Amino acid sequence: MIFTVWAVLTLSFVMIRMMPGNPMGAMVENLRQSGVNPVRARELVRVRMAIDPTKPIIPAYFEYMVNFFQGNLGRSTWYQMPVATKLAQVTPWTLFVLSWGVFISFFAGMAIGALMAYWEGSKLDVGFTSFAVLMGSIPFYVLAILMLIFMAYRWGWFPTGGRVRAGVEPGLNYPYVASMIQHAALPVMSYLVASGIASLGMRGNSIRVLGEDYLRVARLRGLSDFTISTQYVARNAVLPLYTTLLISIGEMFGGSVVLEEVFQYRGLGFVVYQAVNQRDYPLMMGGFALITLVTVAALLFADLTYGYIDPRARGGKDESY
Amino acid sequence: MNPTDEPSDDMTDTPTDGEQGETGAATTDGDLSDAIPTGDGSSDATMTDGGTVDSPFEVVSEYEESRMDRARKYYDAYVYAPFAIIWRDWRARIGFTIVLFYVLMGTVGVAIIGAAEPLDGPQYLQPFNPNYTHYPFGIGEVSLGIWTYTGIWEHPFGTDIMGRDLFAQIVNSTDAILKMILAGSLFAVGTGTIIGAVAGYRGGTVDTVLSSITDVSINLPGFPLVMVLAALLEVSNPYYVGILLSVAAWGGIARAIRSQVLTLRQESFVESARAMGIPRRRIVFKDIVPHLMPYVVINMTNSARRVIFEAAGLYYLGILPYEDANWGVTLNNAQSVGAYNRPDAFHWFLAPMLAIIGISIGLILLGQSLDRVFNPRVRARHEKTTANEEVEAESEPSTGDMLTGK
Repeated sequence: MIFTVWAVLTLSFVMIRMMPGNPMGAMVENLRQSGVNPVRARELVRVRMAIDPTKPIIPAYFEYMVNFFQGNLGRSTWYQMPVATKLAQVTPWTLFVLSWGVFISFFAGMAIGALMAYWEGSKLDVGFTSFAVLMGSIPFYVLAILMLIFMAYRWGWFPTGGRVRAGVEPGLNYPYVASMIQHAALPVMSYLVASGIASLGMRGNSIRVLGEDYLRVARLRGLSDFTISTQYVARNAVLPLYTTLLISIGEMFGGSVVLEEVFQYRGLGFVVYQAVNQRDYPLMMGGFALITLVTVAALLFADLTYGYIDPRARGGKDESY
Repeated sequence: MNPTDEPSDDMTDTPTDGEQGETGAATTDGDLSDAIPTGDGSSDATMTDGGTVDSPFEVVSEYEESRMDRARKYYDAYVYAPFAIIWRDWRARIGFTIVLFYVLMGTVGVAIIGAAEPLDGPQYLQPFNPNYTHYPFGIGEVSLGIWTYTGIWEHPFGTDIMGRDLFAQIVNSTDAILKMILAGSLFAVGTGTIIGAVAGYRGGTVDTVLSSITDVSINLPGFPLVMVLAALLEVSNPYYVGILLSVAAWGGIARAIRSQVLTLRQESFVESARAMGIPRRRIVFKDIVPHLMPYVVINMTNSARRVIFEAAGLYYLGILPYEDANWGVTLNNAQSVGAYNRPDAFHWFLAPMLAIIGISIGLILLGQSLDRVFNPRVRARHEKTTANEEVEAESEPSTGDMLTGK
C-alpha cells in the first residue's frame, strides 16, 4: 500500500515536471496579457514565486518527498497560499457533493434493482431495464450540461454555477445552508447516471440469489418473508456492489474535474483543473496525492472489510506453481 | 501432481501421447485444432502398452483433416457459432446494428458527406428546417399517396454559429472516435488480460510484482493524470489518444482476470495440462484465457464506452489538442461561445450528445447480450428457477459488476 502511494506520487511528480511550460511561464503570460511589459512581468513573478521551478528534477524530487512526508505540501504558485490550506478549503465541498451523489445513486440503484428482480419479466422490469441502459449510456457531464441548460438557464430553478450565493454569511444559518444545497443539487443529480448501472447489477445479483437452493430451504424452515428478504437475499445481493461502490469513489474523484468545471463549482476538481492549466506544480501534486490517498484508502478498506462481510472470500490461494 | 507421476513417465516418451492428452483436456474450450477424437485417450491401460500410437485409426484420421477442414472448424467454433447464438438475442441485434451503423458512418459516411465548411448555411439554422432542402441525384418531387417527397434536408441537424453543418461535423468525427475506441479498448483489454492471467497463474513473486504494478495503475488518479499526459505528449493522432485514455484503465481488468484465473488454475484440466508438462505459456493462453473470453469481450465493450466518455469529456474541457473537430470539440465550441444561454442554439449541444449516447447504448446492449451468451452457468440457473420466462430477462450480474468495476 505504501509502495503504491509512493509509486503513484513519483510517477505523478515526474510527469508533472515533464509537462511543457512551467508556472513561471504561465504567470508571465497572464501578466503580459493584462498589459504589463514582459521584463517587468518576469521580475514580478520571480518575487512572488516561492519555489524555483527551474531546479533540476532529481533534487526537486527529493526535496518534495522529504517535505511531503513531513506534511508540508508546499505553496501554491497560482493561489499564493499553502497547498494544504487550499485543499482543506475546497475538499469538503467536493466531498459534500460526492457523498450525496454516491449515496443517492446507489440507494436508488439498489431499490430499483430489487424491484426489478422481484417483478422480473414484467412490464415494470422491461421499462426499468431500458431506463437503466439509457442512464448507463449517458456520460455524467452530458446530463450535467442538459440540466444546466434547462433547469438553470431556461427555467431558473437552480443557480448556474458556484458553491453558494455571494454575500450570504457563512455559518449554520438558513439562507447559507439553503443556498449551499441549491448550488449542490445539480452536481449531485448528475451522479444519478451511476444508479442505472448499479440497479442492473443489483437486479442481476438478486435474481441469481433468488435461484439458490438455500432460499428454498429457508422457506421450508418456515422463516418469515421479511427475514428471508433482509437476511438472505439482500445481504448476498448487495455484497458485490460493496466493492463496486468503494472502487467507484476514486473514479468519481477524478470525474469531479469535469463536473466541477461544468458547474464552476470550486471544489477539488476545479482547483486541480486550474492547477494543471497554470502549471501550478505544488498544487497539482497536492491534489493528485489527495485523490490517490482517497482511492488507496477506499480500496484498502474494501480489501480489509470484505472478508468480514463475505467469509467465502477468505481463502488461502497463495500456492505458487 | 504427485498422483500423475506414473502415467506422465510413460507419456513423455512419445509426443503423440501428449498431443492426445491435450486434446482431451482442451475440448471444453472449443480448441478443435488438432482433433484426433480417439476417445480412448483416457484409458491408461492401452497407453502404457504403447499400443495406440501406431494404430491405423489414428494415422488415417490425421490425414483426413485438410487445411480447409481445419479452417472451417475454426470458422464454425469461433465465428459462426457465437454469432448465431448472439443473433437470437434482441439486445444483440439492436446493439450490433447500432455499432455497425456507426462503423458505416465512420467509413462510408465520411466519404459521402464532405467536411463541414463555415458559411455553409445561415447561422443557427434549426434542425430539420423544411425551407432548406435539396434534391440529390436529380430526383425531383415525387408523390407517394399521402406522403410527398420534397427533397432531403440540406442541414438535417442544423448549423452552428458559423453556419457549419452539424450533421457533417458529427459524421466526420466518427472515424476518429472509432479509431480511439479501437486502440483504447484493445490496449486496455490486452494489457489487462495478459498481466492478469500471468499474475494469477504464476502466483508467488511474479504475482506480487505484477499485482503491485496493477495496484499502482488502479490507484493512479485517472482523469487528472490523463490531463497531464495530454499536455505532456500533445498527441492528436486518434490511435495514440485512445491508448493515452486507457493508460490507467487496464488495472481493473487485470485484477478481475487475475481473480478469475485464481479459481481456474485449480481446475482439473489445468492440473492435467501441467502434469503433462505443457509449457506454461501454452497453458495460460491456450487453456485458461479462452475460458475467460466472455470477460475479455465484455470488458472490451465497456472500455470502448469508457474511451468515448473520457475522450468527449476531455475534448469538451478543451484539454486535448485537436486538428479535426469531433463530438467533444463540438460541445466545447458550443460552450465557449455561451450557447448555454441561447434557446436557438440548443441543437448545437444536442447533436453531439445524441451521437455519444447512441453509440454507448449500442455498446452496452452488445456487452449485455454477450454476457448472456457467454454465461451459460447463470442462464442455466436462471432457467431452472423461472422456466417460463421469455428471453430478455436474465444475467446482468456480471455485466453489472463489470460495468461499474470497469
